[in-house]
Amino acid sequence: MLLFYKILKVGVVTEPLAPGEPDVIEVAREVETKARRLLGRAVAIREVDAGSCNGCEIEITGLTGPVYDSERFGIHFVASPRHADLLLVTGPVTRNMEVPLLKTYEATPDPKVVVAVGDCARTCGVFRGSYAVVGSVDAVIPVDVFVNGCPPEPADILRGILTALDRLPQRKGRGDGA
Amino acid sequence: MTAAFVMAAAQGLLALFLAPGVVGLIRWLKARLQNRRGAPAWQPYRELRKLFQKEIVVSRNASWLFHLAPFVVFASTLMVAVLVPVLAAPLPVDRIGDLLVVVYLLLLGTFFLALAGLDPGSAFGGMGASREVTVAALAEPTLALAIFALARGAGSTNLGEIAARTMADPLSAVSPGHLLAFAALFIVMLAETGRLPVDNPATHLELTMIHEAMILEYSGRYLALIEWASALKLLVFFVLLGNLFVPWGLATALTPGAVATAAGALALKLGVLAVAVAVLETRVAKLRLFRVPELLSASFVLALLAVTSSFLLR
Amino acid sequence: MAPELLLLALSVANYAVGALAALIFRGMVGRALVAVGALVGSLGTLALGAWCLATGATLAFAAPWLPLTGLALRADGLSAFFLVVVGLGGAAASVYGFGYSAHYDGRYSLRLLGAMFNVLLLSLAIQVLADNALTFLVTWEAMSLSAYLLVLVEHDQHGTVRAANWYLAVTHAGFAALVAAFLVLAGGDMTGSFAAMRSATLPPATRNVVFLLALVGFGTKAGVIPLHVWLPMAHPVAPSHVSALLSGVVIKMGVYGLMRVALDLLGGGPPWWGGVVLGLGAVSALLGVLYALMEHDLKRLLAYHSVENVGIILLGVGAGLMFQSYGLPGLATLGFIAGLYHTLNHACFKGLLFLGAGSVLYATHTRNMEQLGGLISRMPRTAACFLVGAAAISALPPLNGFASEWLVFQTLMGGALVPHPEAAIGMAIAVAMLALTSGLAVACFVKAFGITFLALPRSAEAERAREVPTSMQVGMLVLVGMCVALGLTPFLVVPVLSRALAGLGGLPVTPIGFSLRLPFSVSGVTGEMSPLLVGVGVLLLGTLTAVVLRGVADRRLRIGDTWGCGRVGQTPRMEYTATAFAEPLRRVFAELYRPTEDLSIDFHPKSKYFVRSIAYRSEVEPWFERLLYTPLLSALRGAAVRVRQVQAGSLHLYLAYMTIALLALLVVARWSR
Repeated sequence: MLLFYKILKVGVVTEPLAPGEPDVIEVAREVETKARRLLGRAVAIREVDAGSCNGCEIEITGLTGPVYDSERFGIHFVASPRHADLLLVTGPVTRNMEVPLLKTYEATPDPKVVVAVGDCARTCGVFRGSYAVVGSVDAVIPVDVFVNGCPPEPADILRGILTALDRLPQRKGRGDGA
Repeated sequence: MTAAFVMAAAQGLLALFLAPGVVGLIRWLKARLQNRRGAPAWQPYRELRKLFQKEIVVSRNASWLFHLAPFVVFASTLMVAVLVPVLAAPLPVDRIGDLLVVVYLLLLGTFFLALAGLDPGSAFGGMGASREVTVAALAEPTLALAIFALARGAGSTNLGEIAARTMADPLSAVSPGHLLAFAALFIVMLAETGRLPVDNPATHLELTMIHEAMILEYSGRYLALIEWASALKLLVFFVLLGNLFVPWGLATALTPGAVATAAGALALKLGVLAVAVAVLETRVAKLRLFRVPELLSASFVLALLAVTSSFLLR
Repeated sequence: MAPELLLLALSVANYAVGALAALIFRGMVGRALVAVGALVGSLGTLALGAWCLATGATLAFAAPWLPLTGLALRADGLSAFFLVVVGLGGAAASVYGFGYSAHYDGRYSLRLLGAMFNVLLLSLAIQVLADNALTFLVTWEAMSLSAYLLVLVEHDQHGTVRAANWYLAVTHAGFAALVAAFLVLAGGDMTGSFAAMRSATLPPATRNVVFLLALVGFGTKAGVIPLHVWLPMAHPVAPSHVSALLSGVVIKMGVYGLMRVALDLLGGGPPWWGGVVLGLGAVSALLGVLYALMEHDLKRLLAYHSVENVGIILLGVGAGLMFQSYGLPGLATLGFIAGLYHTLNHACFKGLLFLGAGSVLYATHTRNMEQLGGLISRMPRTAACFLVGAAAISALPPLNGFASEWLVFQTLMGGALVPHPEAAIGMAIAVAMLALTSGLAVACFVKAFGITFLALPRSAEAERAREVPTSMQVGMLVLVGMCVALGLTPFLVVPVLSRALAGLGGLPVTPIGFSLRLPFSVSGVTGEMSPLLVGVGVLLLGTLTAVVLRGVADRRLRIGDTWGCGRVGQTPRMEYTATAFAEPLRRVFAELYRPTEDLSIDFHPKSKYFVRSIAYRSEVEPWFERLLYTPLLSALRGAAVRVRQVQAGSLHLYLAYMTIALLALLVVARWSR
């Protein structure tokens, strides 16, 4: 009962999504209009850790919490790439994760979108040149949107996902993209 | 007569189109109980619409069974939705299938889904299939005894008769037999539809999955059919819990007024049950798989007490 | 000559021809003649049974000139029904056997197989027609012996001789009980026909003794727990079409005998008769399926399921006996109808499953599920037939298993009307046990079909499997058709069965009416369902969905790898095994199974972090052997050792025995004058 009393006392704590910094999100290729319209309201995301240090993962975990609440945009995370529409890839692609990443991409049904999160995903970050790293995510699978940062904030990641689906409101001050 | 058959078809379709909404309502309630805004209650409809437009990827080791299973699961669950008293009772369609037919049609769906989990040859599918049939098998005796308790009062396993008998004798609705049977059936509902504490419908960890693990290989329209069927199964159980144990509101005559009242009563009952499930899911944690049989034995004891008390309190 | 006698003569003649042909001809000609003889004979038996059921004709034939009491045959409704079961099982098995016995040519004795097969069918057909005790017992013994010889066909395989010995021992123990039962029932006069036994009035204590002896005797044949131990030993090692016949027809003779004695000859008895049968049925059903779950030998799994289904049949029969003693004849008829319907259904789907398992054995030379897999693409028609059988035995609508289990449920639910609360609650518990049994049967057959046929082949033999010859497929398809037909048409079967039971032991003579649905208004219990309409409904909805999807949804399909978290390849080692599939249930029922586990890990010699192989072995505690049979056998052996001392080998001692015996007889003769 203490639990429900606490729930009712705290109330809804979700923060509206602010517009954010301009350079954080980079659109690498335009997603097809048909795909954007199909996935706009209901997106299933499969997160792939292609060798990351897990800093980005911790930020992504915050997305499903009450503060950032990705579910209000129709986003939910799934376990199998067969159920997924969007691949959220982190980390520099290590040698051992190159084939799994490719297989995950092939296992996802069309139409699909790829969002690469973190500096490592775009430029291999601090691991660039390492013997264990193959290259950026773009070298293995085609990426639609990059989200820069080490690690990027959950709000930036959310904005990156919404940009890929072309659902990010452009007007300043309007918050939650609903 | 034709009105009755139109009614049966209509209530099947109503159940079909209402089912994702009930699941969405439960999700929205859980979101609010987790202090977040959550997706609106009609989000599952958007998801289904999206899934129907996606391509399907099929494993090269899968056989024709993999392609057949979603249709069998969907058709059998839809048939059950036609047979249960959603809006009106008694209907002539009651004479085609009674409560035992309903239980075994649901088992037909489980059978094919479990086989489809084994078909592509992945370990996850095998694990999901193995766990699902274990839970289904252990829930059967409770279901049978709950049916026995209900049928004893009505003298028949016919769904319409059970509802009519409770409506005719209001005091029987609060008899210990009825209440215990309700509790037992509620627990079985949680087990069969894969809700907490038996199975977490939102988990991403394969080792904790029961129902989800069987459908990891499905995509596109097949996945849409299976998800819709599982939402429909939840609605069917809600209808059984609501309209068999608290049948007031069911239309006994096929007049527009009665049907409208029935629709309103149905919405109310579904709302109450959805709130109950959402609150329960927020409060409890998922049980370890090998503790689930203990939960099901507890529900079996409740059902046995229901039957015994209905004999002794004749 | 009356058509019934003509059909009987036809059947007998064909069986005889088949048996002789086996002894005379060799190779494919011999096999073909055996199959034709058995097939035409079985069709004759089937036609005879169907004719008697349809027209209500009764056959009566007596040959008193044979030694002792002679042969006396009579067909009433019950016999006619079992003739149908025998005919159906025999027909499917004989067609199948033609192709199956091909791989025995040169390795085992085809003469023994063919001759004994026909003798078995002949003895089965005559047995259900028997009208006096001696005919019954002689044909019973003929049936047991021919079955024993058939089990021995593959005599050099591991475990066959032991299985056959157990079978022989248990069936003869049962036979002794039956002889005793008939002796008591006939009042010491073996010439008594069944008609005389029916009209005799015996004191209640005697009737109880007869009932118990008959229960033991027929229970050993039917495979009721705890007399079932021979069943999972003998049925797997027999040739597959013989296994189908043994499981489908021969064990039903136990049910026939029980009904004949308890219901017909004794005319029913006190409620505890029905209670004992009901209890044994419930226990057999549950324990049968629990042990089946732990098996990975396909035919042993099916044999345990036979124990389970005999339990379900006895649930119906026991409930019927109970209702009869409580004076509820309508419900009693329902119970017996449910039991008989399940008998026929079990013959169909168990026969089908054994024929399917035989096809798998024929194609892959192994019964071990852990080495099979991927057969659905290599043996598509066998897989489809096995799937129908698996769905039927799991009681899934609209197939035949569901129709008869529904009837058993409705009978047990009628237990609410019984005046005694203990009996009523007992029936409620039986309902729960039946439901658990059918849920576990679903689990078991998902395992059996899924591991055997689906995914990738787990061994080279499974990979090389090819579809079986046409005759074997035809045998299976016949039974598939029967499973579907019997499932969709209970409205035809139930009135026929109630007519067959009319008049037996005081059951009502008015048959239950014919209708599109399956209604029965038995006092206080009503229930209706139509599997035909349900099946049509599901089919229609499925087709409608497919059609709508075709128009509305995206139609793209791409073939890819099985999702395995991005791993590089997929081998059969990554699939689920049968043992793993049943593991959650093994844990749940660990108190019953008391499994022993043996895990041996073979490490790399250089480092313990690298494992070369892991072997896991798990055995289930054999309760009945350990607690019942081993002590019994050691007691018997101890007694035998002691008795052997009498046979000391000394001639003087033997002469002394003879003298003493002679003196004793003279004294007794003098005194009893």
